[in-house]
Amino acid sequence: MSPFLTLLGRDLKLAARSGGGAALALSFFALVATLMPLGVGADLTLLARIAGGVLWVGAVLAALLSLDRLFQGDYDDGSLDLIALSPLPLELTSFAKILAHWLSTGLPLTLLSPLLALMFNLPPQPTLMLVVSLAIGTPAVSAVGAIGASLTLSLKRGGLILPLIILPLLAPVVIFGAGSVAYALDGLSGTGALGLLAAFSVAAVLLSPFAAAASVRLNLGS
Amino acid sequence: MISSLTAEKLVCTRGERRLFDGLSFRVRAGQALAVEGANGAGKSSLLRILAGFLSPASGRITLTQDGKDNDDAEERGKQIGWLGHLDGLKPQLTVAEQLAFFAGLYGRKADSAALEQVGLARQAELPCRYLSAGQRRRLALARLVVSERPLWLLDEPFAALDASGQALVAQLMARHCGQGGLIIAATHDPLGLGNESLKL
Amino acid sequence: MNWLFKYANPHNFMRLSNWLLPVCAVGAVLCLAVGLYFSFSAPPDYQQGATVLLLFIHVPADLMAMGAYVIIAVCSLMSVIWRHPLSDTAARAAAPLGAVFTFLGLVTGALWGKPMWGTYWVWDARLTSFLLLLFLYLGYMALWNAIEDETRAARACAILALISVVNIPIIKFSVDWWSTLHQGETIMAGKLAPVYLAPFFLMMAGYAFLFGALWMLRIRTFIVERRARTLMVSA
Repeated sequence: MSPFLTLLGRDLKLAARSGGGAALALSFFALVATLMPLGVGADLTLLARIAGGVLWVGAVLAALLSLDRLFQGDYDDGSLDLIALSPLPLELTSFAKILAHWLSTGLPLTLLSPLLALMFNLPPQPTLMLVVSLAIGTPAVSAVGAIGASLTLSLKRGGLILPLIILPLLAPVVIFGAGSVAYALDGLSGTGALGLLAAFSVAAVLLSPFAAAASVRLNLGS
Repeated sequence: MISSLTAEKLVCTRGERRLFDGLSFRVRAGQALAVEGANGAGKSSLLRILAGFLSPASGRITLTQDGKDNDDAEERGKQIGWLGHLDGLKPQLTVAEQLAFFAGLYGRKADSAALEQVGLARQAELPCRYLSAGQRRRLALARLVVSERPLWLLDEPFAALDASGQALVAQLMARHCGQGGLIIAATHDPLGLGNESLKL
Repeated sequence: MNWLFKYANPHNFMRLSNWLLPVCAVGAVLCLAVGLYFSFSAPPDYQQGATVLLLFIHVPADLMAMGAYVIIAVCSLMSVIWRHPLSDTAARAAAPLGAVFTFLGLVTGALWGKPMWGTYWVWDARLTSFLLLLFLYLGYMALWNAIEDETRAARACAILALISVVNIPIIKFSVDWWSTLHQGETIMAGKLAPVYLAPFFLMMAGYAFLFGALWMLRIRTFIVERRARTLMVSA
């Protein structure tokens, strides 16, 4: 098996074995979706209007939860040293970890979203938009998150700084993602928004391994 | 085949302190170098510089291989077998899985022979969280052997090991040198390899 | 490019700022004083009334806020490519100033909004973009403060600044897009009548001088602090 697949496989295995992996993110996602109507009331028309935004923000926050696992675990126990010395370039290592993060967080969140959309009374067409937008946009969340995770590697209490750094950078993702749902809700086509989202995602996924690798190299020297 | 590693005038500063200055040495194939010094003298920093994790404030490190000199840190890293003072073991993975992971990552085959060599064959299916400190060290040694890298950088190779464990380390090191490998080890104890010593 | 490297030496920078700083300070006071005078005595705009005054305070603040981040990005680039030691300090020094200008822009924008739209905050596209810019500044400053080793903090923040500066146009674009989706036109367009040009440029110059003066002051402070620390460590 290639080094890339070996690393990917291990990270997926670890995500599955350590405290339920996706279960935590999914529960958080569902909780946010539950608290929101408690906060704004159960007016179904209102809920349908805010569904796109609420569920998108919830998904981003849920994905954030497991971001500190991306590099921190390996950094803390010395595995990152060994991984850095392997034949796999750090850029590919970062890409493998981003992929593993998405598979264990973003993808499950995307799959759960139709159920939550139902709870928000979102009609079928906008729900489809929501699912597609999450599928396209959550890789960007993992990618940008990886940059933040690698920058905050050496911090003991880096947990609070990580969201502060990456959430502003993720504003376009939330805007375009929720925007596509809003368009569909008004009976218009949301594909323009999806296109913009896809462009951002592709750029993020292709470029962030380089930034993450640079940050990892920076933090290895300590 | 690596024929030698040459360090020239290495300077290391950590924060505002200068740890060492003008450090130069050469290690040839089949040789071992023991790096000695008090705690905080910079032994681990030197190892991290040699591994390419840390950049020295100034100085050069050249690897001579197949007649060609190379001072690129990343390429040197691909020749290094690393035994740091951290384990690099995940509690949730079993011994066999852990070794298979590193073997696959380094492009090697893992086989049970490596585990037998270090005396962990019976613990193959045990999750790493149940290993003792000595057993964790042995697994790290197995990983080192499996990686088949010519240059070994070892940080306190005898730490946490009982007498038989230390004998194992000595045996593995002797065999590595015998096969033409190089060893640079930070250590408080003598290596017993008829090696050079560097005092920081 | 060599003149840049000349001032990479803290000693040379101190010499330069010895006279440049007072010049900027005086320039700031003069421009702001005259600018404010002209602002107050400018004829009221037929649409916005006397609150056009805020335009002279708000828009330059916004421009300064953007400019400061560009400066941080340029310093970060110099730090990454040339390991220019003073550029790390310069970037770090500029950040709180940029944050304050951003905050000033937000506050004056809200004050301007009240008479025009009836409420202080309506999620106007420009203001929203600047709100996100404020968070980018806060994240940058937080990262500087959180990493203990100064060299590593500098490198990490350089990476963050470069990534953020690339994202800023994207964020602006997405917020504009969002604004047209949800409520129509952006309100704060900036077409200036000629009679307003003089006070506007004076205020802009005043802000720039102010930034320059404070920036140099902060850089000098960092340099002196580091010297004091080196003395203490080796004592």
